[in-house]
Amino acid sequence: MIYAEILAGGVGKRMGNTDMPKQFLMLGNKPIIIHTLEQFLLANEIAKIIIGCPKDWMGYMNDLVAKYIGKDDHIVVIEGGADRNGTIMNACHYIEDNYGLTDKDIIITHDAVRPFVDYRIIEDNIKAAKKFDAVDTIIPAADTIVESTDGKVLSSIPVRDYLYLGQTPQTFKIKELVETYDSLTDDEKKILTDACKMFVIKDKKVGFIRGEEYNMKVTTMHDLKLANAILEVGLNHD
Amino acid sequence: MINCHYRLHSPKRIGVDFVEEELTDDKVIVKPLYLSICAADERYYQGKRDPKVLAKKLPMSLIHEAVGEVLKDPKGEFKPGTKVVLIPNTPVETDDIVKENYLRSSKFRASGFDGFMQSIVLMDRGRIIPYENVEDRVAVLLELMSVTMNALEHFDKYSHLKKQTIGVWGCGNVGYVTSLILKKLYPNAKIIVFGTNTNKLHYFQFADATYLVSDIPEDLTVDHAFECVGGRGAESAINQMIDIINPQGSIALMGVSEELVGINTRMVLEKGITLLGNSRSGYEDFDAAIKFLNNFPETIDYLKRIISEEVVVHSIGDMTKAFELDSNVDFKTIMKWEI
Repeated sequence: MIYAEILAGGVGKRMGNTDMPKQFLMLGNKPIIIHTLEQFLLANEIAKIIIGCPKDWMGYMNDLVAKYIGKDDHIVVIEGGADRNGTIMNACHYIEDNYGLTDKDIIITHDAVRPFVDYRIIEDNIKAAKKFDAVDTIIPAADTIVESTDGKVLSSIPVRDYLYLGQTPQTFKIKELVETYDSLTDDEKKILTDACKMFVIKDKKVGFIRGEEYNMKVTTMHDLKLANAILEVGLNHD
Repeated sequence: MINCHYRLHSPKRIGVDFVEEELTDDKVIVKPLYLSICAADERYYQGKRDPKVLAKKLPMSLIHEAVGEVLKDPKGEFKPGTKVVLIPNTPVETDDIVKENYLRSSKFRASGFDGFMQSIVLMDRGRIIPYENVEDRVAVLLELMSVTMNALEHFDKYSHLKKQTIGVWGCGNVGYVTSLILKKLYPNAKIIVFGTNTNKLHYFQFADATYLVSDIPEDLTVDHAFECVGGRGAESAINQMIDIINPQGSIALMGVSEELVGINTRMVLEKGITLLGNSRSGYEDFDAAIKFLNNFPETIDYLKRIISEEVVVHSIGDMTKAFELDSNVDFKTIMKWEI
């Protein structure tokens, strides 16, 4: 079975003067997370779309689904975890408890605040997950990326040709993901905030698919202004 | 939902725009699988339209020839995965007499509003028709076939019954598809193709005869004629047809010209020629085109021969490549839409 999880677990830092988690802010005529959810609803192969959400906001999230999507048995709202991987693990355990797990089951995880994800990216993740235990969505680094280990001077400038920027979705074989996570020490769990990184550290092959520059993360007021500026409302019938 | 519209912003410049669209019960979400470039698209892309027209219409997504698969239908009428052809003509009213493609109020994809160069397309429920038993890369030619079907309906209605010899002027895509369909639907008629390009005429082996327009036997006549030339060549083609056609024959005009065309109306009058104007197509014509492919499956191989280039599209760069290639190919350029 193919599952998806929309990661909306964090209440995050304040975006400007709002207390509302950023995934609930309006982009065009709908909250950001609804735009994201709509793209996943296009992929008919996905059996369940799980939304990992802060406990206090679960009722709110359910209201949003009811208002903008309507009744849809594909969508489940669950409580997120203490951190990103905790939210993913909650979904994995939810799947195991409610639907059982096989070796082939996969989960496509995606940031709620990347509403410009499109059908092609989701489908490419699903296809690539048949070949790899984990799949990342990446784009080539357009800028030179520099490293400074002391925050004062540059320690290295890696060759840009080998560098990419990680986006989401990230897709995993669920059993592999849970096993890998469980094999980490508590200290490792604190450092390895990126689920794909867990696989890389454990010498497992992580495939990748091409993301899009526009699959951006809306995390600041500037991002939100930009996202609203590029979004056109309605068709251009004239 | 947010949808990517790949629009021509100015000649040779395609960009992506994000449009928030509403999925209502009267819409069906379709993922395009194949898109085919038409001469009209190429003229927009190359900037070969009146600057005033370009200023008014751009930015706009090009392409009005497409097939896709249904992703979602709120009413459940079309199952996910159903292969459908997309109808570009979009009427806003019905009329008992006038066909939908001639209603002045109808909108047309990639002319009055965005064409099919989009990540997904929200289609009006009545603007898609399922097809089966045809490869998608061939089914994308259904729009082109539907244009011929529209012209043939007109031809059947208004041309006299003597149809021993039918001439088709033009050795491009429209000429090819029209002569192929005529050959099947009028098996007793002799189909003669007239063109300007020897190499392209070689593709028309199914026709009963082909001639260069500069080398037509003096005693040759046709009962009816189809003009599939358009552009600057339309004038000389139509006048040649008027000269060659037998009295009271009909000439089906199918080629689009940007310029005014001067024709020998004296001879039109003297011969009692019927000029039939044809443009675009509607639902019934697409339906007829699908039925044609089901009835004459052997024509599928013939249609494959006019796919000159197939470009797999993953990026805007690939779209640009397809349009650039198309300006130098004999027949059609199609895009496998994987974006």
